[in-house]
Order: sequence, then C-alpha cells, then structure tokens
Amino acid sequence: MNAVEAENLRKSFGYVTAVDGVSLSIPEGGIFGFLGPNGAGKTTTIRMLTGVLIPDSGKVSVFGDDVHQNPIAAKLKMGVIPENGTVYSDLTARQNILLTGKFYGMEKDLCEKRAAEILERLGLTERRNDLVRLFSKGMRQRISIACAIVHSPPLLVLDEPTTGLDVYSRRLVIDTVRHMNEDGSTVLLTTHNIDEANALCSDIGIIDKGKIIASGSPEKLKKTFDTSRYVEISFDRPVGKEIFSAPGITRAEQWGDKWRIYSDDPDIAVKHLASVAERDNLSIISIATSNPSLEEAFVKLTEGI
Amino acid sequence: MDWRTFARSILIVTEKNMRIYYFKGPVMIFGLLFPLIMFFTFFIGRDLDLILFYPGFLGMMLFFTASSVGPLITPWEKREKTYERLVSLPVILESIIIGDILSGAVFGVGITIIVFCLSTLLLPLPVANAGLLLLSIVLGSIAFAALGTLLSSPATNNPSNIMMLSSLVRLPIIFISGIFIPLSQLEGLSYLLTSASPLTYIVDLFHASLKGNAVYPAWFDILVMVFVILLFIGAAKAIQKRNLMKGI
Ligand SMILES: Nc1ncnc2c1ncn2[C@@H]1O[C@H](COP(=O)(O)OP(=O)(O)O)[C@@H](O)[C@H]1O
Ligand SMILES: [Mg+2]
Repeated sequence: MNAVEAENLRKSFGYVTAVDGVSLSIPEGGIFGFLGPNGAGKTTTIRMLTGVLIPDSGKVSVFGDDVHQNPIAAKLKMGVIPENGTVYSDLTARQNILLTGKFYGMEKDLCEKRAAEILERLGLTERRNDLVRLFSKGMRQRISIACAIVHSPPLLVLDEPTTGLDVYSRRLVIDTVRHMNEDGSTVLLTTHNIDEANALCSDIGIIDKGKIIASGSPEKLKKTFDTSRYVEISFDRPVGKEIFSAPGITRAEQWGDKWRIYSDDPDIAVKHLASVAERDNLSIISIATSNPSLEEAFVKLTEGI
Repeated sequence: MDWRTFARSILIVTEKNMRIYYFKGPVMIFGLLFPLIMFFTFFIGRDLDLILFYPGFLGMMLFFTASSVGPLITPWEKREKTYERLVSLPVILESIIIGDILSGAVFGVGITIIVFCLSTLLLPLPVANAGLLLLSIVLGSIAFAALGTLLSSPATNNPSNIMMLSSLVRLPIIFISGIFIPLSQLEGLSYLLTSASPLTYIVDLFHASLKGNAVYPAWFDILVMVFVILLFIGAAKAIQKRNLMKGI
C-alpha cells in the first residue's frame, strides 16, 4: 500500500489556480521531496494532503484512509509540521509535546518517556520546562518537530522544515528526519532548497505553477540534463576564444578569469584542452569538470525549457 | 467515524482552551469585570428591589462570562499560527467548535455558581427549584458560549476586531432582554423585541427556579434555548467550514 495516494488534486483561490491537477503516489519507506519555487503550490498541496484545506476536486488517501471522508483515521497516521503553524507559546516545551501526544491517544507514561527521549535528541532537555514564548525560531521549530514525531507516525509531513533556521537547528531537524525514516516512517517534505532535496530525498517531484513537471530519483532527474556538462579551466595568461574550437565542443564562455567549455563529452574537451595547452605552451592553473546538478535540472524545468 | 477519538479530541481541545485562554486579559475584562460594572451601573444606588432583579443580574453575569472565552480562541490561534497545527492533528472541525464551546460553558457555569453562592450570603434569596436553576445555568452557559464561538468564526487573525464585534452584538442582546424590566410588565413592540433576545428565556428560567414566578412555562424556555444552541453551532460550523475552503 502506498503511504500517500493523491489523485488529480485541484485548488483555486479566486482566480489564482494554486494547484492544478496534482497526482502523487508515494511508496512506503522513502523520503519524498516536493521541490519547487515559491508560490508553486507546495504548501497548498500539503494542506490538502493533511486535511487542513478542502480541495476543489480530487482525492487523497494516507495508507488507504481517505483524508476527507475519514479525516480522523487518516490524520492519526500522520505527524505534520505546517509551514505556517507553530506550537503554543503559552505552554512549555514539554507540555506542548504531551498535549500533542494526547491528541494521538498516547498513554501518559509512554508519552513522557518518548518526550524525554526526543527532547534529548533535539538538544532541548535543559529547556523543557521553559515557556515556548521564550524560544528562538530554531528552538520552536525543534519543538514543532518533536510534537510531530512523538507518536512515531507512519507518515511524517514537513512543509519547508528548515527554511530560516540557524545551522545547528537545521542540522538537528535533518538528522531527525533521517532518523525517523530509518525507524520506518515515510517522509514527505517540501523545500525550495535543491541541495537539501538532493542530500535527503530518495524521490523528488518538481512542482511549478501548480503542476508536477518532473519526478524521479535525484540521479534520474540529473541524468535528464546530462548533455549540459562543461569543463572549467584557467591558464597562466589570457587566451582567445578561437583556441577552444574543436569537434565535440559546443561553445566556450569566459567566466571571470576562467573559461567554461561546454561539451557533450567531457573526455573530448579535456583531451583537447590538454593538447592546446601543450601546443601553445600554456600552463593550466586550474581545471574542473562539472557534474550535472539538480539545480540545473530545476532551473531548466521551471523555465519551461 | 472513530467516535472515541472524536470524543477525546473534544475533551483535549477543551482542556487546552482552559489552560491557555481562561487567564487572558480580554476574558478577565469582558467576562468578569464587565458584568460587575454593568451591575453597579444599573442596579446599585437606585432604589431597586435587589431580589426582584436578581434573576436579571444572574442572567447578565452568565451571559457575559460564558460568551467571553469563545471570541478569543480562534482569532488568537490564527494570529499565533497555532490554528494550522491544531487542524492538522487528529481532529475535525466539530472537535474544535464543540471544544471551544465547552470551555466557554465551563467558565460560565463555574463563575455563575460562585457568584450565586456568594450572593446567597448577602441576600435572602429564595430557591424554588435548585435542579431547574442548575439546568438553566448549564443550558444558558452552553448557549452563550456557542454565541461566543459563533462570533469568533469570521476570518480574522486579529483578536481585538472580534472583541469589538462581540461587544457590538452582546450589548444589544443585553439591552433588549428582559433583565431590566420584568417580562410580565412589557407589551407591544417592546415585548416582541425582548422575545428576540435569548437572554430573556434564561432570565425567565431563573425567575422560575428562584421565586417560581416565570412568564413562560419552563419547558418552553428550555426548548427555545436548545433551538438557540443548535442555531449558533450550525452557523459557526457553516462559517468555519467556508474558511477552511478558502484556506484562511
Ligand atoms: N489562502 C489563500 N488564499 C489565496 N491565495 C492563496 C492562498 N494560499 C495560497 N495562495 C496562492 O496560491 C499560490 C501557491 O501558494 P503556495 O501553495 O503557498 O506555494 P508554495 O508553498 O509552493 O510557495 C500562490 O500564488 C499563493 O499566493
Ligand atoms: Mg510554501
């Protein structure tokens, strides 16, 4: 059974179509990244998946329970960090976690134990009895994630969990996501940070203007754009563009004090550059080959190429 | 439908509200201070028969306290951004609405009973029917807490807007109710106007349970109050459902 099964979700706000026919199948066990620029419709999709927003049309189920027909059963299987949602600042860190545990029907003892364990892992043990009002944004987000995982949810949903966090909190949040995944939770997270998606996700869906425009593993998405590779090289003295023209090299661009030589096959480019340097008596100061990056894939896709 | 989880979610929402919102400034001001000030303004120092007007005073107290918690909760949660998180927990809209009403009603029942007990120390109050008195307090608290929750439903994340709106609605309900002039002395237009205020029926129930001299039969007052409760809950649900559609 898939952790999430969404069919043709649509949502408009007035004349803005925020989500335009999104379908998703997220298999159990992975970390699925929902990647897209700001305003692409990530949050709107997540809100429909988590039963916070009623879709105009379409269906969504979580481990087989329809989120809108059977909201309580579906929501019991999820832990959610909304993008625009936070914990109660009038309660302490610990009270927030216990309150959330109660909503999920956890026994008090188990919940206390789990809360202590999570607070420890998130580096908040010492602050557990302080009001959340006094916490920094990063600490609040850590409490937010603590609440979302207290009941070990089969599905963990995080909307931009690391946006705007300090380095330390960010690392703890990412570690926690990995840890939960290793312990068996399926994870769905959104981000506009490509490196994060690349490092964390087993599968990625790229969304733009309310539509999913590509999906697959990070490696697969990168390979789609494998043709646009280049070699970056710098010499000890200025050179002219003409020395780079050779069969197999598509173009050359000056890039600061370096040149970028685009080619379908980096092997041809590197060999050509070495022979030119030899011939013209140039010394090579630096040379690097680019790997296809997810960023490139992302930019190309969202540009509509 | 998972009824156990639903019932549990209502109780936890109620408990959360009691812990967080009972002690907020606006609840203290509109729920406790306001009715006392009104009481002193209208009843004290004017040669009125305090016992005759006591059901009116008790009704006003109940009305203000029970309806003071509800308007605060949802706008406050929307402003603090805890609402989005609450909705994503295993709750449905009804859990939140009923939980909010219950926490308002518990506040109303609690304060009203305390006030009543204190008054019996000062005034020789007759109690014709203690059971009916308790039932009236509970019924009235639920109804006016539901009004409070209804008032909190319009989409805003600014609690003070809602506080203003709720004064705008609550004060006229007080003025047209039968607390200042006994219902039995009214006729014509003012009688009709007074009949439009739900507070009138609670005050009538208090008359019945304290001195046994009500205008309407108790079953009629109770029926009206049950109808009012259902009306307020239905309206609150319709408005909040629309907000969920619009994502606000
Ligand atoms: N409640 C709402 N009312 C009106 N417009 C909205 C609402 N929520 C989102 N939108 C609009 O829908 C589009 C998608 O927004 P969102 O899902 O938040 O994007 P993302 O999370 O990918 O940045 C945006 O144009 C946004 O302005
Ligand atoms: Mg977003």
